[in-house]
Amino acid sequence: MKFGVIVFPGSNCDLDAYHLVRDVLKKPVEYIRHEARTVGDCDLIILPGGFTYGDYLRSGAIAARSPVMGAVADFAGRGGLVLGICNGFQVLTEAGLLPGALYRNNHLQFRCEQVYVRVENPDLPITLQASRGDRLKMPVAHGDGNFYAPPELLSELEENGQIVFRYTDRDGSITKEANPNGSVDNICGVCNRSGNVAGMMPHPERAGEQILGSEDGLVIFNSLLEHFERREVRGGA
Amino acid sequence: MKKEVHDPQGSAVENSLQALGYNNVQQVRVGKYLELILQASGHDDAAVQVEDMARRLLSNPVIEDFSYTLEEAEV
Repeated sequence: MKFGVIVFPGSNCDLDAYHLVRDVLKKPVEYIRHEARTVGDCDLIILPGGFTYGDYLRSGAIAARSPVMGAVADFAGRGGLVLGICNGFQVLTEAGLLPGALYRNNHLQFRCEQVYVRVENPDLPITLQASRGDRLKMPVAHGDGNFYAPPELLSELEENGQIVFRYTDRDGSITKEANPNGSVDNICGVCNRSGNVAGMMPHPERAGEQILGSEDGLVIFNSLLEHFERREVRGGA
Repeated sequence: MKKEVHDPQGSAVENSLQALGYNNVQQVRVGKYLELILQASGHDDAAVQVEDMARRLLSNPVIEDFSYTLEEAEV
């Protein structure tokens, strides 16, 4: 299974994602530049964190309209696995590949800290090695992570199991104090209707080694790997 | 920002105005102002172009509304 990490002007977690895949997961990985018209032979696309185009206009807005995003949309349309992290999540919402929007943190502060996220739906490609209610420790680092969806969209997301992660306290309670940015219902990760495209504000790629303080992010990447391998087996049968 | 979306920048500006003694301020909403110069065959054509751009890039319909005014530019 080969990973592709998209590099936009202003991406700055592309190296983190690349490092995790190459050195921790020990899987093939390549960078894909924003001008590319294809994602090549990659099986999983990561949109990394950063400040694409200086967050001009809105976070992710300009990157979402760059040439490579046409290729990412086609890939996602064919059922390809796509994971957007932080700014990558913002890009996916701006591109219309994920529901909702992300905007300025409610307290206007940039937050860089460790948080806990709770697994809300363990039946997705991104969570299949986790259980409902599992708490994962990983960092956030953002100023525009305030997730918003209008009430009718929220009920739809809830109904379809598209809410993947919520900010939680250490004990698994969804509290206002555990919410670092004002996101509606503490939501910090969502997926599309078919579950193959997911986005999250916290950084699982920075929580893949004990030296970084947590290995909890690995469950996400290992889930995606397992999902892909199972699909390959089915496809080949 | 849409009315139902909390505007943290607006709240910060509102608090600052109140700190300066402008106690009549009830609410502040911060938006964006963009100026475009474009070629169009007339008013209607310009409106169509602007609305298309506003929907596709200049605004995010999940959290923002947009409005615009058209003016003939000096050639």
